[in-house]
This record gives sequence, C-alpha cells and structure tokens, in this order.
Amino acid sequence: MSNPTPITLTNGRLVLSLGEPQPGALRCVDGRIAALGDIAPQAGDTVIDAKGALIAPGLVDLGVFAIDKPAFHFGGITRAALMPDQGVVLDKRSAVRFSAQSGKPDLWVHPLAAATKDLAGSELAELALMRDAGAKAVSTGRRWIADSGVMHRLLSYCAMLGLVVVTHAEDAGLTGSAVATAGEMATRLGLPSAPAEAEALAVARDIALAELTGARLHFRQITTAAALDLVRAAKARGVAVTAGVTPAHFMLSDVATGDFRTFARLSPPLRSEADRQEVLVAIADGTIDVIASGHDPRGPEDKRLPFADAEPGMAGAETLLPLTLGLVRDGVIDTARAFALLAGNPAALLGVNAGRLAVGAEADIALVDPERPWIVDSDKMAAAAGNTPFDKLPVQGRVTALFKGGVRV
Amino acid sequence: MTSANQPAAGRYPAGSAAFPHRDLTGLAGLAPWEILFLLDEAEQWVELNRQPHKRADRLAGLTIINAFFENSTRTLLSFEIAGKRLGADVVNMHAAQSSVKKGETLIDTAMTLNAMRADAIVIRHASSGAVRLIADKVDCPVLNAGDGQHEHPTQGLLDALTIRRAKGDFGKLTVTICGDILHSRVARSNIHCLTTLGADVRVCAPPALMPAGIEAMKVTPFHDFDAALDGADVVMMLRLQQERMSGQFIPSPREYRHLYGLTLERLAKAKPDALVMHPGPMNRGIEIDSTVADLAGRSAITTQVEMGVAIRMACLDVLTRRSRGVEGWA
Repeated sequence: MSNPTPITLTNGRLVLSLGEPQPGALRCVDGRIAALGDIAPQAGDTVIDAKGALIAPGLVDLGVFAIDKPAFHFGGITRAALMPDQGVVLDKRSAVRFSAQSGKPDLWVHPLAAATKDLAGSELAELALMRDAGAKAVSTGRRWIADSGVMHRLLSYCAMLGLVVVTHAEDAGLTGSAVATAGEMATRLGLPSAPAEAEALAVARDIALAELTGARLHFRQITTAAALDLVRAAKARGVAVTAGVTPAHFMLSDVATGDFRTFARLSPPLRSEADRQEVLVAIADGTIDVIASGHDPRGPEDKRLPFADAEPGMAGAETLLPLTLGLVRDGVIDTARAFALLAGNPAALLGVNAGRLAVGAEADIALVDPERPWIVDSDKMAAAAGNTPFDKLPVQGRVTALFKGGVRV
Repeated sequence: MTSANQPAAGRYPAGSAAFPHRDLTGLAGLAPWEILFLLDEAEQWVELNRQPHKRADRLAGLTIINAFFENSTRTLLSFEIAGKRLGADVVNMHAAQSSVKKGETLIDTAMTLNAMRADAIVIRHASSGAVRLIADKVDCPVLNAGDGQHEHPTQGLLDALTIRRAKGDFGKLTVTICGDILHSRVARSNIHCLTTLGADVRVCAPPALMPAGIEAMKVTPFHDFDAALDGADVVMMLRLQQERMSGQFIPSPREYRHLYGLTLERLAKAKPDALVMHPGPMNRGIEIDSTVADLAGRSAITTQVEMGVAIRMACLDVLTRRSRGVEGWA
C-alpha cells in the first residue's frame, strides 16, 4: 500500500529505542519513515497534528490465533504473526501464502509455519517451502513437541534455514488434560491441574536442544519463576533464546479462575501470585523480550461451558497496549522498553523491517495517548468475541490514529 | 426426633436468615449455623422415614427435575425418593437419553429445563463448575448432586449428620478421610463441612492422589495410613476409581490395598469405637475389607444411605420455601 502524498506527523513525542519520548515530528514517504526528529513538513505533505501524543511504532503481535482486523486496529497492531493452529493448519505453502496475503493492505499477517505436519509433533513439515511462501518463523502451535528426537531435528533444520522456532513450553506428559495450575485454587475448585514445573521441564529440554543445535528459540509464553530462571541463565551463556508473555500472566494469578470464570481459562493456565511477581521482575530485567496479546477470540459456544470443557484463550488485542503501558505507570519499565516489548523485539524476531522509528523502516505508526482512560467492556469490543478476563477493568492508554505503510487506517 | 441429636434452640437466625442461599452448589463458604440448620431440618425426615407411612405433602404440586449428565444409581434414587416422599412430582432426566448427546450445549439444556418451569433442579455433571453454570441460567433453586471433582454437598451433609448422630459435637472429633482425595468431590465437600464445624480433619492418600495445596483447606495431609488413623474418631474411606488406576496413579489395586486398605488390623489404630464410613459404591477387598464394611456397631455405611434421603428431603424443603411462600421465607 503506497500513498502518493507524504505525511508528516507533528507536535508529537517520538518513542525511540532508548530513553524517554522526545518531542519531535516524523515524516513518511512512499510507505517508509523518511525523517524524524526536529523536522518540519515539506511542501505538499499531509500534516497531522499529533497534539502531544506519543508517535510510536505500530505493534507487532507475535502469536495470534485469528486475523481480527478491527481488534488489531483498535489496539494499534499493524502486524500480526499468525499461529499455525488454524482451521486449515498452516503446514503447507499454499496455506502460508494465503494467510500472508489475508490482511493486506492495512494489516500485515506474518504466518508462523507449523513445525510438524498437522502439528502432530511427529513429522517435520516442509519448512523451507513455507519460508519461501512467506512464513517468518516456525511454531509448534498450542502444543509442545514431546518427542525429543523430533524437536532436535526441527531445531537443527531451522538453524540451517535461519528460522526462529516459536514453541509452547509445557511438558505434555505432566500436564495431561490439566486446565489449571496445581495449587490451592485448583484444589478448591476441583479442576484437573498440573504442577507449574511442567513449564520449567519443557524449557530446560528445549534450551538444551537449542544450545546443541545453535537454533534460535523463542518461548511464546513463559509464566513461572523456575522457567524464567532457566531462560535467564541460558541468555547469560549466550544461547539464542528469547521469551514472551501475555498481559494476562503479568496481571492475573490463578485467583482469577474463582467461580469457574472461563474467560480466565488460558493456556498456559494462570499461575500463582508468586510466579506472577517473578514475571514482572523478568519483564523489568530483560529476561522477557516480547509481550503479545495471544489474541484468541472465542464465542459463547467455546466459553459458555464448564471450565474444563471450555476452550482456552482470550481476546487480547485491544488490551495489549494499555495493560503494558500500565507497567510504565507502575515504574516497572520505561516507555521505550514497553514498545521494544510490543514492537521492536517481535519485529526483530520475525526479521521484518518494522517495529521501530528509524529512517528506512516501514512507516507503521501509532499515535498513542498514554493517559487516556477507558473501561474494558466485553460487550463492546471490536474483537470478534469479547472473551476478556479484564472485563470492566479501568485502563489508560488508547491509540488515537494508526498508520500502516504511511497510510492512515 | 431424638432429643440427643437436637441442637440447642436459637443457634441459628430465624426464618430465611438461617439459610439465605437460593442454591446449594457447594458447602464451601457456608456458615457453621447454615450447615447445622440443614442437619437439624433433616432430623424430622429421619424420623418420618422410619415410619410405615413415609409421606409428607409439603412439596405437593411442585416439579423437581433430576438432571443427571453422569451416570448414577444411588444418588439419583436417593433424590428421587426424597422428592416423592415430600409429595413433589419428580422427573428424572438421563443425559444418555437426552439431546445433550445430539450436541446441545449445557446452557441450552438449562434453558430448556427452565422453560419447563421446574421448581427445583438437581444436577449431576462430570465437569467441575457445571452446576454453577446452570444455576446462573435458571430461575429456580439448583442442587448440586456432584460436579466433577468439585463438590457433592448433600453427601457432605449426610456424612455430617451420620457422624453427629453417632458422635455428637464435631469440635472434639478427629476424622480421617482416606483414598483418592485428588478426584473426590466427596472429600472436598466433607472437608469444607467438617472443618467448618470444627472437626480436626486428616486426609490420607498416596502422593499422586493427593491434590497440591490441600493444607490450605485446613486439613493435615498424610501418606502413611497407620499414622493418619492414630486416635481417629471417624474413618471415612473413599472409593478407589479403578478406571483411573492402571499405570497412572498407583501401581495396582493389590498394592493399594497393601498400603491403604482398611483392614480390621488397621482399624485398631483408630479409637476403639471409631466410626467406619464409605460413600459407596465400595470396592470390597481393595479400599475396605468386608469384615470392616460389615462390622456391626462400627460401620455406618448403610446409615449414610439412610441419612442421604433425609438430608435431600431437608435441602429440597428448605430451598423451595421461598417459592412456596413459607412464613419467614417469602
């Protein structure tokens, strides 16, 4: 999507890779950022007054389960990495190619290729063909690959192809059919549960294999203290490992599942308060690299069921930005790091020239009023379904304008 | 009514304040007097059920639906008898014969039952929380007849009534619950009930059948059955669910019996007059030996079944008082 008219955003505060937002302007030409800083509009530019808002990179949401454009645009998301767990599993190049085109021009979808055929965890899918059809990374989907031999072969092959492997971290032998984290809440509710250590076991094995193969490994969600320690230690050794999390896991503990609230039925399940606190520490100290929405809109047919029968997942796209900005207000991170977690780091993982304000980068821009208050309302969401565990939560931070490739959407 | 088992008057509030809940989905969170109120109400039905003429007309004209989404014989029969003895029209719905099998959702089923204007609905379901889900969607009182691994409140109440009639004050009692605590809704309801009433509750199971964080429910966990039995006033055995056993949680039924089977020899570790209980159905020779299960004067297993009908009559009576316009409840 190209715009014949250059755009200059003025009177904003530029969110740069380091430090606090700086007053300035940003100019987009031919879909890319042409200049930024202390600049003035040029003759013929469309000038948009940001009125003091943050001029920030559009969010790059790593690991969504549905292409939900209204929700993404509401949330400031300009690119979404689509999980391979679709109605037609993204395990063939035709499916990948179709998905890669499905959001354009005002949303770019980056398909994550299924690591194994039908995501069954046994036979490698045609990863190079899918890469060349537009897949930006490889993913094990909602599941962990239990067979260490398969995971070993996958990682070594992806290392050769230069593809990041995005994996789910829960030892399936330990989790079984669990829907909750073992502990007081699951015991009181009588929910099938698994120990939180299932995550650390999976992380330990996968780090060992990544180290062995030299592959780049991204854990889509790390939610426990023990697993975070493993990631922290691996990074210190120089292993090419990164970790993500969703706002639900830094905002909520398993207490939110009380009364069998299926909107809090997530995968991995919500953890203890102690683990939640460790996630906050890991976001602050750099152990966590990505905050993603895990956007998975589910209608009542999937959620109005007994807790254990309900599908996991939440509609997270609209709350991703304000809940992350809450960390800035709480002093956990600064604004620059917030947008590194939401845009810069996921873009780098996917290898796309976006997610940051830099000359030459794609002009995917969000104007953000970080203080603007609003109330999350599951009945009034832009998402395909309103399954948010944050219903009726007052939040701050709203996108006031969004540009994809220099064009307002 | 047996005066020895009747409470001192006035230990719970008058009228509907004695039990202000519309539904009985669990015993968690109930106040001690609310539980005692239901136990006291059940006493009159124990007496009635021992008469040749077992009929009261208190619920005449009311329709009670027993919606059982999970197979049950004992509990269904108990609720059916309870409803009929109170004079209600009782309808049993078996999920195996219902549109649930055709893909209808639980919510749809609940709305259908609601549209039939039942006066009370009794639900059993294999999923924890399913009863709460239905209760939120219907206009009449809902009774939980067992939901997944969550609660089986009338079982907890009938066990408490059995214990009270045999032992009296809960505050002086040590109750040992042994078996598959992890999967047991009976255990959870009993834990809530007995700890609320002041009993010292011990739970005993092999590690794989012991839920994490159980200590938070104010019980003392044991893996050693002999230690758990030491000085116990009540020994409550749980059914080992054989379908969940093979290679999963314990090595074999034979080995389970070796460690956790209640034999006469083991029972001697408890107090000499310790009451033996089991919610049934029993695996004789596995979690409990026949010599113990049938021990005259000690085994309360058939008494539990008897108390079950009385408790369910009490619950149906109390929960329908508001709709019946009973004075102080309307």
